[in-house]
Amino acid sequence: MAEAIELYREGLRFRARSQWELAWRRFVRHKPAMFSLVLLLMICGAALFAPHIAPYGLNEQDLARGSQAPTLRGLHLFGTDRLGRDYLSRVLYGTRTTVWVALVVALLSTAIGTTLGAVAGYYRGWIDSLLMRLVDFVLCLPFLAVLLIAAAFLGRGSPFRVAVILALLLWTTIARIVRGQYLSLREQEFVEAARAAGASDARIMFRHMLPNSLGPIIVNATLTVALAILLEATLSFLGFGIQPPTPALGKLIDDGKGAMLTQWWLVVMPGVVIVVICLCVNFIGDGLRDALDPRQARR
Amino acid sequence: MLTLVGRRLLSSILVLLLATGVIFFGVTSIGDPLATLRQRPGVSQQTIDSIVARKHLDEPGPIQYGYWLRDVVTDGFGTTLLSDQPIWPELRRALWFTLQLVLTAEVIALVVGVGLGALSAKRQYSALDYSTAAVGFLGYSVPIFWFALVLQVIFTNLFRATGVRIFYTAGLSSPEAGTGLAFLVDRAQHLALPVIALAYVHVALYSRYMRASMLEVAAADYVRTARAKGLRESQITRKHEVRTALIPVVTLAALHVGAVFSGAIVTETVFSIPGMGSFFIESLQQRDTYQIMAFLVMSALFIIGGNLMADIAYGYLDPRIRQPPTTQGVGGRPPTTQGVGGRPPTSRG
Amino acid sequence: MSTPVLSVRDLTIEFDTADGVVHAVDGVTFDLFPEQTLGIVGESGSGKTVTALSILGLIPQPPGRIVSGAVLYSGLDLLRLGQAELRRVRGKDLAMVFQDPLTCMNPVLTVGCQIAEALKAHDPALGRATARARVAELLELVGVPHPQARAGQYPHQLSGGMRQRAMIAMAVANQPRVLILDEPTTALDVTVQAQVIDALRTAQRETGAATILITHDLGLIAELADRVAVMYGGRVVEAGDVFQVFSDPRHPYTVGLMSSLPRLDVDVERLSPIDGQPPSLIDLPPGCAFHPRCRLSAGRAQCRQAIPMLLQAAPGQFSACHFHAEVSSLRVAIEAEIGLTGTR
Repeated sequence: MAEAIELYREGLRFRARSQWELAWRRFVRHKPAMFSLVLLLMICGAALFAPHIAPYGLNEQDLARGSQAPTLRGLHLFGTDRLGRDYLSRVLYGTRTTVWVALVVALLSTAIGTTLGAVAGYYRGWIDSLLMRLVDFVLCLPFLAVLLIAAAFLGRGSPFRVAVILALLLWTTIARIVRGQYLSLREQEFVEAARAAGASDARIMFRHMLPNSLGPIIVNATLTVALAILLEATLSFLGFGIQPPTPALGKLIDDGKGAMLTQWWLVVMPGVVIVVICLCVNFIGDGLRDALDPRQARR
Repeated sequence: MLTLVGRRLLSSILVLLLATGVIFFGVTSIGDPLATLRQRPGVSQQTIDSIVARKHLDEPGPIQYGYWLRDVVTDGFGTTLLSDQPIWPELRRALWFTLQLVLTAEVIALVVGVGLGALSAKRQYSALDYSTAAVGFLGYSVPIFWFALVLQVIFTNLFRATGVRIFYTAGLSSPEAGTGLAFLVDRAQHLALPVIALAYVHVALYSRYMRASMLEVAAADYVRTARAKGLRESQITRKHEVRTALIPVVTLAALHVGAVFSGAIVTETVFSIPGMGSFFIESLQQRDTYQIMAFLVMSALFIIGGNLMADIAYGYLDPRIRQPPTTQGVGGRPPTTQGVGGRPPTSRG
Repeated sequence: MSTPVLSVRDLTIEFDTADGVVHAVDGVTFDLFPEQTLGIVGESGSGKTVTALSILGLIPQPPGRIVSGAVLYSGLDLLRLGQAELRRVRGKDLAMVFQDPLTCMNPVLTVGCQIAEALKAHDPALGRATARARVAELLELVGVPHPQARAGQYPHQLSGGMRQRAMIAMAVANQPRVLILDEPTTALDVTVQAQVIDALRTAQRETGAATILITHDLGLIAELADRVAVMYGGRVVEAGDVFQVFSDPRHPYTVGLMSSLPRLDVDVERLSPIDGQPPSLIDLPPGCAFHPRCRLSAGRAQCRQAIPMLLQAAPGQFSACHFHAEVSSLRVAIEAEIGLTGTR
């Protein structure tokens, strides 16, 4: 009997594994997504190891080499700023902050959104109405404005605080999607079966229903990363986000815009990095969407 | 139909009222006006006292809310916290400028986006389709403020190199713009770049949505029926595909008012346009909570209004919402007007 | 024997899919005679709908491909017509009624508007008032009460039966010579089917159109069709006069169909379903498509190796079976098994 149960469980697990295997295979076929994944990993790797990779220090000044256009001489591939600081290094450090913040935001907002959405979708009733009202209120004010207000008064320039503030506003999309998933999943038979077997609500929600909703959650988490990067950059550009001395790409652009008519690289380089990262993330998100829900394949 | 509008209008007003509550208690708790005042250097105790008296800052929260709400409705948002300037005149001027920017951008975004999306759907996998998709991806990846800066660099340097001024890169009008047509042209030249910066994100969004919507509609059975009737392809595209596919996109546009206002904040800052965005940034820099709240209430008004428009438009364009299905009783019973299951689902949530 | 108004000759259609090539229709041949109704019967996936769609050129190519064959109408091969000529024929000479009237009508346009569209497509000069009058006439013809009021309503406001009748009105608006009906009653309640069948009869009578009736409902065929073609695995396996085919089938599949369905006109002790599953159109069995499930075949080599041709099995009756002469005895044996008694 016990052997039969083991074999049965083996059977279930095997099926689950091959489901993810299929998804991975579909993902690999999506060329832009694969290319983006590789590129993104390289950029993130470079960013995270910035202190070791950057050719120069973050604040290493050399006034003799100030305000130079990108050149191979001295490896100033992104040029230098007014004070002779190597721009590539500064951009690299800024990217590091950006990547870090984006990851924290994605994780936090996904956690919050998934939990709230799951609870709302599973229990329905007044909890659901309350949550939906909450989401509506968060959304009836202009996003950036609320973000700026929170950052201005509460942020105080710390990357972690900025990340938390971003997460507290970005969970709504994921919550909506998870709620929708749970609303339909709870009608399915395996939920009834689990309940009949005596499983607790929490167990059903997280052990049974969650794995079935992972697809849209993952896709959304990816897209949240891109959104978080853009928002963080906008915040620091306007001066309400991450403050110096912590480097931030948006702040670099803000600092450089005064001289941008002649020293275009001060504004263009950090921006290009942002664009490339976001493009990669978006392509990966597209590939994930195709891989995890082939019924919705749009191409 | 009218009762539908009436009901939605009523609930919108309610939501707006509740929003004012959220705005007031949210902003004043995050950025306590009293604390802000005390932190400011060079502000005398006397000034602080008079402001406290004026704004009733010594009273409990709900009372303050009451005074503020009264000012909002009857006195044009009252006065600023710090300098006791009436808010409404400046807000109204700023609003006028922002509306010019935002409405132009939205209209252009809709027209271009819908057009590109429809064409992409009709010519799937063509060069046009792929390039529109590329624009789409870029639209989600390029920060508005950076794009605005790049535009400024390009066009300023173009002017410097050639002496020909195509578009202006700052401000709303030139000092000697004149009147009538010359003024309009000048204004258009000033608005062009901000509009482009603001609109392209939405062009990306609307074209993608329109494409998806068109593809879904093109596969629908009723398109096949139209073809079986012998209609020309152009007729089928226009009357059946585009018209039906347009519905969700238009309502999406109405729901995006908030995003447009957010984008305006950034665009106005970069292009030095004295609109609502600049108004807001300024009030934020000064930590003037009452000015901030005025901006939020104004934006909420537009966003909630936009949601209302979306609901009404959807109800108007999709007769299934407007007139729920009637059921025919067997054997001559009079038809009922409520479909099975009550109100049909809306597209949001 | 008059000349057929529509002839399908050796039609073969394939679809390219991610899983392989689907052989949807394989060498289908039949004739349609004026003022007659030809029923095409088969399970889902037998190729009947694809055949019907291809007559009006409604198969998307890609992924579909017309490999060979011809559809002859009035001296033209419809499969070889250009788009402009095809448009002239669609909705005017040949018209089609589809299965699900709710999805087959545009939800945001009124019923009257869509019927008028059919009229104006072939008569652009039609005035609005004339069109409106004609629309009301058509709706009345098919038995829709309060035709003017209904014409101004949207599809979701009509009941299923009324919607389908409106679709019929749309199809016969231009007095077509050929009417193709694809599962016209499948999406409807049984009680409503009678109304629609009445509407169909009236429409046929008024227009004198030859009709192709596609369905899996044998009862409907018995009610409306003069001749019937039975399809299986993309091929025609039996064809002939309706009563002949139903009372004395000459193909084992037809025998199986008849004895697996509950009927009101005879008493049986139990039903005898056909073993197995319909074949995959990507991976058709070699030889006769039905042989894996065929009681008559019993694994005989000829069935497994050679595709049977559609040959005359009885006067006016054709069968695609190598052993069609043995089918009668098979039928008798099965009837004895299921304890068939009572009148026929």
